[in-house]
Amino acid sequence: MLQADVVIIGAGAVGTAIARELSKYVLKVILVDKNEDVGGDASKSNSAIIHTGFDASPDTLESQLVVSANPMYDQITKELDIPFKRIGAILTAVTQEEFSLLNKIKEKAYKNRVYDVDYLSPQAIKALEPEVTDKVLGGLYIPRESIIDPFLLVIAQAENAVENGVKILLSTMVTDITVKNGQVQFVKTNQGTIQTKFVINAAGLFCDKIAEIVGLCNFKEHPRKGQFYVLDKNVPYKVNRIILPVPTKLTKGKLACPTIHGNLLIGPTAEELEDRFDKAVTAQGLQEVIEGVRKLVPKISKEDAIKQYCGLRPVRTPEGYHIEAYKEVKGFIGISGIRSTGVTSSVAVARYVTNVLNNEGLDLIPKPDFNPYRIGIKKFSELSDKEKEQLIKENPKYGHVICRCETVTEAEIVEAIRRPVGAKSMDGIKRRVRAGMGRCQGGFCSSRVLDILSRELNIPAEKVTKNEAGSELVIGKIR
Amino acid sequence: MLGLQYDVVVIGGGPAGLAAAISAKTEGVNHVLVIERDRALGGILQQCIHPGFGLKLFGEELTGPEYANRFIRQIKQLGIEALLDTMVLSISKDKKIICVSQEKGLHKISAGAIVLAMGCRERTRDAIGIPGTRPAGIYTAGMVQRLINIQGYMVGKKVVIMGSGDIGMIMARRLTLEGVEVKAVVEILPYVSGLTRNKVQCLDDFDIPLCLSHTVINIKGQRRVDGVTIAKVGKDMFPIAGTEQDIACDTLLLSVGLIPENELSKTIDIEINDVTQGPVVNQKMETSLEGIFACGNVVHVNDLVDNVTIESQIAGKFAAWYAMKHANQSGKKLLNVCFGENVRYVVPHKIAVENPQEDVTLYFRVKEPAENARIYIQSGHEILKKEKRIKVRPGEMESIHIDGKMLESLNGDMTISVRKGGESQ
Repeated sequence: MLQADVVIIGAGAVGTAIARELSKYVLKVILVDKNEDVGGDASKSNSAIIHTGFDASPDTLESQLVVSANPMYDQITKELDIPFKRIGAILTAVTQEEFSLLNKIKEKAYKNRVYDVDYLSPQAIKALEPEVTDKVLGGLYIPRESIIDPFLLVIAQAENAVENGVKILLSTMVTDITVKNGQVQFVKTNQGTIQTKFVINAAGLFCDKIAEIVGLCNFKEHPRKGQFYVLDKNVPYKVNRIILPVPTKLTKGKLACPTIHGNLLIGPTAEELEDRFDKAVTAQGLQEVIEGVRKLVPKISKEDAIKQYCGLRPVRTPEGYHIEAYKEVKGFIGISGIRSTGVTSSVAVARYVTNVLNNEGLDLIPKPDFNPYRIGIKKFSELSDKEKEQLIKENPKYGHVICRCETVTEAEIVEAIRRPVGAKSMDGIKRRVRAGMGRCQGGFCSSRVLDILSRELNIPAEKVTKNEAGSELVIGKIR
Repeated sequence: MLGLQYDVVVIGGGPAGLAAAISAKTEGVNHVLVIERDRALGGILQQCIHPGFGLKLFGEELTGPEYANRFIRQIKQLGIEALLDTMVLSISKDKKIICVSQEKGLHKISAGAIVLAMGCRERTRDAIGIPGTRPAGIYTAGMVQRLINIQGYMVGKKVVIMGSGDIGMIMARRLTLEGVEVKAVVEILPYVSGLTRNKVQCLDDFDIPLCLSHTVINIKGQRRVDGVTIAKVGKDMFPIAGTEQDIACDTLLLSVGLIPENELSKTIDIEINDVTQGPVVNQKMETSLEGIFACGNVVHVNDLVDNVTIESQIAGKFAAWYAMKHANQSGKKLLNVCFGENVRYVVPHKIAVENPQEDVTLYFRVKEPAENARIYIQSGHEILKKEKRIKVRPGEMESIHIDGKMLESLNGDMTISVRKGGESQ
């Protein structure tokens, strides 16, 4: 039987951030997730923004955690060797009603201690973002709104945690948590039992299900669907900053946001659902996205779309972030209500939870050999000619381009598979090195990546999956 | 970095690139190079193991690899060099190419003239925005053709094919021959979008249901596709409520159009035509940049490889002339070839008139099918040429021959239009 000081349930942004945070201390930490890869649910399908918290409800735990998380990203992204850009956001008012709301939003930002929010005149907005509609009446500039690759954030947190001793168990579903004398004792999974004193429930959309197991569920989670479009890198209009709509009573509006890799992201919808597995994009939803975003950037066209996706953001009833160490079940730490701001807040949630664990009597002895630095997979396409030549000399597979749209080489794909927390599926490769993420959506490289996965994982091609078991790509050899 | 120099460099070793390279060499240039990203020359032909290639050019029915091999043999005989497994990373206006391979690493190639022959890619599920879940089992037809014919993998057991493009119909037959149940070929238009002969030989002969004026409106399944919903569309192409129909299947194949691959062309600001999405070319297949030529599916998507070969021979020839610094061939007069009624596009887009002027063949596609059609070539109100066609269809490229003498005497742009029989102007 496995033994741990702390078991974390859920390897999304929050779970992996906690795992890495705890790996700084002399502790045995096990992170489990039902999916085949880390970051498989809400953390992978969102707007990829690191928020400032300017528009959070003041004096809430969410406001406190989001606002304090934002400044942490300069350092953390450096340590984890992942891309991060402080491009800023412009909250763009195009109607009188929206314009009249700006003052209140600015006040709210100040209450949240985000003091660098400032008015922009229509002229100033057009000078910064010429593609914004001529109808713009004014806006707010929020300079520290930033962009990140949320896949890489989660993967890098997980990799660094593993390098510092955390054990990650994937495709591992928690089936039971046993409590003895009011104290957590075992976490039972479909892959075996773990003995532990502390359990952290970071199960996102499913955190109410986990809480029910220990009988501590006085809340509900439901999904709020958000549909998005990703546009081609080569569009004849350039958006440099995050263009945010002004939320009104009727609608939250749609945003346009450059991604860290140079695409444009537009969306999302906000649809309240019951079904926690309904990840379908709809004609209506996509239409709503296009129509909504065109109010801000009229040139945007769905002809430029290379991808649609949707995410299920967890929404708590009663609403709001909630982190608690329960008296009824000692050692059970519940995290719930971590909604769409969760990628941003994850790093602050991790510190907060660590403090809660300390208060609950977990000894936190700093690990002298903790290594905060992770080295990312070298991106061939971003190197100078000299560096490219050197790399190919060291490893000729860097000379073999597999994904033509994103210029991803075989060496990068192989490394994505061989790393700690390595890719096991097509989606795993895509999220780590972007093969298949470009305008042809894997039309060219999928068949090649399939063979590389089969070779590197030493499994037949018919066992290679898109993501989970059951998503195999081919059924075997032709007759 | 390894540096190489060639008279003519052809990017892409498919049918277009092969024909261009051979033609360039035959014109008399010494050093011709073909750069190919795959392991072998031949491009998409290598996975097209069905017959039907070469009827126009050779008067016989060849398979794709057979057709390719006729050219690959010539490449070898003529001593044309080829870099295989090599990806072009960048090109510049002054005709320098940077490419990469495992064997040679990064290398820089200087070219006297460049021929762009990168072909096209398939339109995806995401480009056309089919609603639904995102499970495994959704493929473009060409990708499945590769998986089956090159890699030997079968993709599913029950398949729905969306789009009646040529690859889609050919794959319907190929899958049927492999024992797969092809549940339906679903086409949004009221007619098949590929060649009529493919409809007959691939669908009708195998009793594969064809649903015209229908489209896929939803994809279902969490991990693997477990069905699609199709619906009839109205004249506006929007689904008609109440006509929805569920089809159980584990695979959805898409044959919904091809897009010329001009990512490299765009980096050096070559003028791209909005309709074809390929470079604007003159009758020599020269792009808006001097000494850079383009041919085949990178210019416009062809339905017959024979036409690609013919067009690419022209590109190769003039690339060679340019590299050999033949006396400035471009005449003073530059005519635009415009398109009028029922013409979707025409290639070449421009004609540089010389003295003497060689004959020019215009290739074009109609927007709508028509019977007893008349093709008019006009300059202003003057009708220069009129030709009859019993049938014209968007899926089948048409051509019309223009006499060089006629061009010499022309003083304005030229318009091509297709009208129904009986009408006159």
